[in-house]
Amino acid sequence: MRYSGLRVLVEGLRGNRGWRPAWHRPEPKDAYDMVVIGGGGHGLSTAYYLARNHGVKSVAVLEKGWLGSGNIGRNTTIVRANYFLPGNSEFYSHSLKLWEGLESALNYNVMHSQRGLINLFHSDGQRDAFARRGNAMINQGDDAILLDPDGVREHLPWLDFENVRFPIYGGLLHPRGGTARHDAVAWGYARAASRLGVDIIENCEVTGIRVEGGKAKAVTTSLGEIAAKKVAIVVAGRSSEVAAMAGLTLPIESHVLQAFVTEGLKPCIDHVVSFGMGHFYISQSDKGGLVFGGDIDFYASYAARGNLPMAEHVMEAAMTLMPMIGRARVLRSWGGIMDMSPDGSPIIDRTPVEGLYLNCGWNYGGFKAVPASGWCLAHLMATGESHEVARRFRLDRFATGHLLDEEGTGSQHNLH
Amino acid sequence: MRIPCPLCGPRDLREFTYRGAAEALERPAADAPPEAWDRLLHLRDNPAGRTRDLWYHDCCGSWLVVERCTVTHRVFSARPAGEVADAG
Ligand SMILES: Cc1cc2nc3c(=O)[nH]c(=O)nc-3n(C[C@H](O)[C@H](O)[C@H](O)COP(=O)(O)OP(=O)(O)OC[C@H]3O[C@@H](n4cnc5c(N)ncnc54)[C@H](O)[C@@H]3O)c2cc1C
Ligand SMILES: [Zn+2]
Repeated sequence: MRYSGLRVLVEGLRGNRGWRPAWHRPEPKDAYDMVVIGGGGHGLSTAYYLARNHGVKSVAVLEKGWLGSGNIGRNTTIVRANYFLPGNSEFYSHSLKLWEGLESALNYNVMHSQRGLINLFHSDGQRDAFARRGNAMINQGDDAILLDPDGVREHLPWLDFENVRFPIYGGLLHPRGGTARHDAVAWGYARAASRLGVDIIENCEVTGIRVEGGKAKAVTTSLGEIAAKKVAIVVAGRSSEVAAMAGLTLPIESHVLQAFVTEGLKPCIDHVVSFGMGHFYISQSDKGGLVFGGDIDFYASYAARGNLPMAEHVMEAAMTLMPMIGRARVLRSWGGIMDMSPDGSPIIDRTPVEGLYLNCGWNYGGFKAVPASGWCLAHLMATGESHEVARRFRLDRFATGHLLDEEGTGSQHNLH
Repeated sequence: MRIPCPLCGPRDLREFTYRGAAEALERPAADAPPEAWDRLLHLRDNPAGRTRDLWYHDCCGSWLVVERCTVTHRVFSARPAGEVADAG
């Protein structure tokens, strides 16, 4: 069923009895050409682009929980292309372009909203760094505007500009940055992939990877063994665990990242805004909740919940930047398990096991990457060649010293 | 989360700084091959369960090897890193 305005009208008149499930729920087959482990954003987009861009007919996505149970349903939905380093810059630029055509490609409303992203700065040094980043974004063909304090005031009059400790010196505006509805991205890709014949199998946990003669042959799952010519590991925070099933040790440490939402309020924050002193960022959802977050909790963790010190830090930063938030009540907080890499950049590559592929290391920022990540992994699996915008996301770059350390914080997993 | 510092007793998480897996104590010899340094700096067992990691107690200045569970955040023990390293 194609979704359209007319369809909504017709269904409305017929008592909404004609809607069908958005994706099929098939039983797993004994064998597939390609099996994707993990039904988060990246796994689903990989499966969709395998079918759509490369015509692969026999694809399955194996998800241990329900679709949207991982980070794809837990993130704070920021979509941007404001990276600096060659390797990252062209990849996120490609991803943003895919976002801009995503709703018509998927025939699904993912509520992509290019409301503009403003990164604030609070010192001369930070201004220089953001000016340089803005130039890199413009050179990449994306958009960036350096705002002085009055320029920021026009957009965000409610900030505490004269804060004694952290006065606002200006901001870098990325007009094409914004947000999207996170679960809708999972549902939209699942529906579009399902329509192209991809089997999406929920409640199917992969418990082993059968490797024979250095080649991946099959995965064992809670629903039995499934043979595959090619297997991709796309499980975000669980990457180390699943890769260990094939005897691999990854350069990944799992950390918990928290997020918070307030009760629904009338529209008051039009953009996505980030604080340059202390990790804090905020936007307002279409339901009215203020959605905000900060840093990871900093210690390795598989608990999808965090501790109080980081919650306090985030609230303090919020009050410093925008005292008006003190009147809002926090409704919920939650956590997700992040696959932190030693340089803060991802991995989309083959592994030493033939036929086994890896997509991980998304750190804080894998939501915006969902379209390009699936696009590039599908390209690699179908053609055997790395896609040109992802060719630096190699697994061996740590051993060879070709790190992509966007923040310049060195080889420590929790500092990116 | 509270960590039982051997010098100061059980103290709040806010007083500690996390460094990473305790593998950092197994520093290769200066002439070790690049793979050994890759292992030290980048590769992690990253278990979902019992783990050993390095924490710094900001108050007394000691480095600790903390044994804890990454799934429940339960802390089992904390020992001075020097002792652990000497024991090999
Ligand atoms: C609080 C928070 C805020 C964030 N904010 C942003 C943001 O604003 N912008 C941004 O770009 N990014 C953000 N991120 C990061 C982003 O959400 C992640 O990088 C991205 O979603 C990870 O990829 P994924 O969607 O494929 O992961 P997931 O949705 O976690 O998918 C992985 C899937 O693998 C499944 N799985 C694991 N093990 C197995 C197994 N053995 N067998 C079968 N299936 C398995 C899991 O159940 C899970 O569904 C945020 C993350 C969090 C937690
Ligand atoms: Zn102490």
